[in-house]
Amino acid sequence: MSAPIVPASAIGPATGVPAGTRFTVCPFTGRRLDEVALSLTRWNAVTSIVALLVGAIAAVLIVLTRWQAVHLLPAVWFYRILGVHGMSMLIFFIIFFEMAVLHFTSTALLNARNVAPKTSWFAYGLMLLGALMVEYLMWAGKADVLFTSYVPLRAHPLFYLGVILFAVGALIVTGVFFANLAIAKRERTYEGSMPLVVYGAMTAAIIAAITLVHGAMIYIPTFLWSLGLMEVDPQVYRLLWWALGHSSQQINVAAMVAIWYMLGALTVGAVVLNEKISRSAFVLYILFISLASAHHLLVDPGMGSAWKIVNTSYFMYMAVLASLLHGFTVPAGMELGMRLRGYTNGMFDWLRRAPWGDPGFSSLVLSIVVFGFIGGITGVTIGTEQINIIVHNTLRSPGHFHATVVSGTAMAFMGLTYYLIPLVFRKKVALWSLAKLQPYIFAGGMVIFTISMTFAGTFGVPRRHWDISFSQAPFDVAFSPAVDMFLALVALGGVTAATGAFIFIAIAVKSVFFGEALGEVVPLSNMRGVPQGLTHPPKHSADVDERWERMHGPEAGWMGPAPGTLVLVFVFLAAFMLYFFVNWKVLSFVWRIG
Amino acid sequence: MHIDIHTGLDSPKGNWWKPAHRSEKTWVVIAFAWCMVLFAMMPLWHWKGGQNPSGIRRRVEPAAFYKRTLEFTNQYKVGDDRGMPIVAPPPGADIYLTAMAFQWTPILKLQKGKEYILHLSSLDVNHGFSLYPININFQVVPGYDYGLRVTPNAAGDFRIICNEFCGIGHHTMVGRVIVEDSSTAPVAAAAGDLQ
Repeated sequence: MSAPIVPASAIGPATGVPAGTRFTVCPFTGRRLDEVALSLTRWNAVTSIVALLVGAIAAVLIVLTRWQAVHLLPAVWFYRILGVHGMSMLIFFIIFFEMAVLHFTSTALLNARNVAPKTSWFAYGLMLLGALMVEYLMWAGKADVLFTSYVPLRAHPLFYLGVILFAVGALIVTGVFFANLAIAKRERTYEGSMPLVVYGAMTAAIIAAITLVHGAMIYIPTFLWSLGLMEVDPQVYRLLWWALGHSSQQINVAAMVAIWYMLGALTVGAVVLNEKISRSAFVLYILFISLASAHHLLVDPGMGSAWKIVNTSYFMYMAVLASLLHGFTVPAGMELGMRLRGYTNGMFDWLRRAPWGDPGFSSLVLSIVVFGFIGGITGVTIGTEQINIIVHNTLRSPGHFHATVVSGTAMAFMGLTYYLIPLVFRKKVALWSLAKLQPYIFAGGMVIFTISMTFAGTFGVPRRHWDISFSQAPFDVAFSPAVDMFLALVALGGVTAATGAFIFIAIAVKSVFFGEALGEVVPLSNMRGVPQGLTHPPKHSADVDERWERMHGPEAGWMGPAPGTLVLVFVFLAAFMLYFFVNWKVLSFVWRIG
Repeated sequence: MHIDIHTGLDSPKGNWWKPAHRSEKTWVVIAFAWCMVLFAMMPLWHWKGGQNPSGIRRRVEPAAFYKRTLEFTNQYKVGDDRGMPIVAPPPGADIYLTAMAFQWTPILKLQKGKEYILHLSSLDVNHGFSLYPININFQVVPGYDYGLRVTPNAAGDFRIICNEFCGIGHHTMVGRVIVEDSSTAPVAAAAGDLQ
C-alpha cells in the first residue's frame, strides 16, 4: 500500500537540514517535497521537451525525404537534419528527462532534499551550454558527421567539446543523485530499504556513470584529434564510441523500467510481486549490460568471433534475462494490483477494466507492448553474431531502436509527464481530450513505422541514405516495388507518430506555461485534466490480506496470483522464438561466407 | 496490513528477500533456458552453419591496400564498364575490393559455386559493404583488412551499396559484382548492356 498520509510536521525536522531548504507537502501523498529539487525537475523536463520539439520537426523532414515520391530535402540538408534528429532525440531529449527523473526520485520518493542545489544548477547550465553548442554547429553545417561521428569523418572541434561539456554536466547530476541518496539514508527520511522505483533509478545512474566514463575515454581523444593533436584509430573509436553509445541506451532501459513500476503504482496500484526478483533483475543490468556495445561491431574487421559471441551475448544473455523478468513482473504487478482492488473475474477482466482513458496508463501499457514485442524481439535477434550479416546498417537497425527508445522509453516519459504536470508543476493537463488520445496516436504511428522499416531493411534498403533511386550512381539499383510501399508506410507511420509527439508537446507547453492551476482535487469525481490515478487513487480492497494469501495459496493453482500475465508472457515467448528462428532460416539462404 | 503488499513507490519494510511464487520461478527458469538457447545458437552456427562474420582480420596501411588492389586489378583485368575495370580472378584467389568516397573498385567477376577470399578495406573513412539484392552487410574500416571466404550460390548481376554514411556523395556510391554460372553460358548482362 502507499505510504500513510502524514503532515509534514509529523516527519519532523530532520537533523542537519540547512536552514534555507524549503519543503512543501504533496497534497496527494503527504510526501515532503524539496522546492529546489522540484525546480530542477521542472527545468530539466521543460528543456527536454524543447529538444523533443526540435527532434520531432527533424523527424518529419527526414521521413518525407526517405519517402521517394516526396523526397523533400536536398542531400546536404537530409544528412544534416538526420544528425540533428539523432542528437536532439537520443541525447538531449532523453538525457534531460532522465536528469529530471534522477532529481525527482532521489528526493520526492524518499521525503528527502537536494543536498547540493548550486552544483545541480551548475550541472544543468553545463549541459545546456553543451547542448546549445552542439545544436548550433550541426545547424550551421559544421558537424555533418551524423549521430555516430565516426572518425575519420571530421566535425568542428567545438562539436566534440559541446558533447564533452554536456556529458560532464550529466556526470555531475549523477553524483548529486548518489549524494542525495546517501544523505537521505543518513537523515533517516525513510524507513527500510529504498523503494523499488528509486532502486531502478539508481541502477540507471550507475550505468550512466560507467557510460559517461566511456564517453570521456572517446570524446576527449577525438576532440584532441579534431585539433590535430593526436591520432585516433577508426576501429578503436568504434569500440569505445559504442561503449558510450549502446550503454547509454541501457540507462534508458533501466530508467524506463523504473518508470514502468512508478506508473503502474500511480495508475492501477500495481504492487511489487517479489522485491528479490525485481531488484536482482536490475543488478543483472548493471553487471552485464556494458558488454552490449559489442553488437554494433559484429561485422567489423577488428574483433574475432569468440570476442563477439562473449560480448554480444551480454555474457550469456543475462541482461536479456533481466528484461524478460521485468517483462513479467511489471504487468504481473499491475494484474495483482487490479485483483487486490476487486477486479478478480476470469483471466483478463483486470485488463479490460483498467483505466484505458488515463493517458498515463495507456502510455505505460503501449510502452511495454511495443518495447517488448517489437523492440526487444528484433533487438536480441539482430544483435546475434551471424544474423547481423543480413541486418547491419540496413533500415532494420533504426526499425529496432525506434521500437525500443522511441516507442518504449520516450512513451514511458510521456506517460510519466501526464502525472508530473499535476504533481510537480501543479497544473491541470491541458487539451484533456487530446491527451487521452495521444498515446494511441503515437504508438499506432510507431508500430506502422517500425514494422515497415524492418521490412524495408530485409530487402536491403540502407539506413542513413538520401536517395534509394540511386539517380546519380554509376550503376542502377532496382529495388522491389514492395520497397516503395514500405517506405511510403514508413512516412505515414512516421508522420502519425510525429503528430502524436507534437500533440504531446502542445499539451505539455500549454499545461506548464498557460495552464489552469491544479486547485483542489475532488476524490472519485471526473475532473478534466486530472489523470485518473489522482482522482481515483488506486486503493486496495479492505480484505487485501486475505486476497493476497488466497491468490498466493495452493487454491490459486500453479499459475498463481497473475495468471493473465503468465498467458501473455508465453504468447510473447512464442513470438520471440518464431521471429528468432525465421531469421536463421533467412540467413541460411545467403551466400556461404566466413 | 500485510507486509508484502506495497508498490514500487514505497519502502519495503523488514527483510524483503523472500521466496518467489511457483509461477514466477517457472518463468525465471524458462526465460533463463531461452537465454541459453540464444547463446548456444552462435557457436552452433560456426560449427554447422555457413554464414559467419569471422574471416581473416589484420591491420593494413590504406595506401598499401590500394596498391595491392591495383596489382590485383591489372593481373586479372578482362574489360571495363564506363572506365571501371572488370576483374575476373580464378576460383580460390584472394580478391581485393577498395572502398573510397564515393566508389568501389574494381568490378568483380566471379563464378557461381566457387570460393574466393574477398578482402575489404577503405582508403579514407568508414564505408558499408552491402551486397544487393543478397543483403550481405559488412563494415569497411580504414586501416583494417577484412578477408572473408565467400561462395556465390547464384549467378547474376549484383550491386554493392555503401550503407555507412561517408560524406555528401554517400548515396551515389554503388559498385558491381558479376557472378557467372561456369557450367552454362556467360551471363547476358555483359559490360556494355547495363544502363
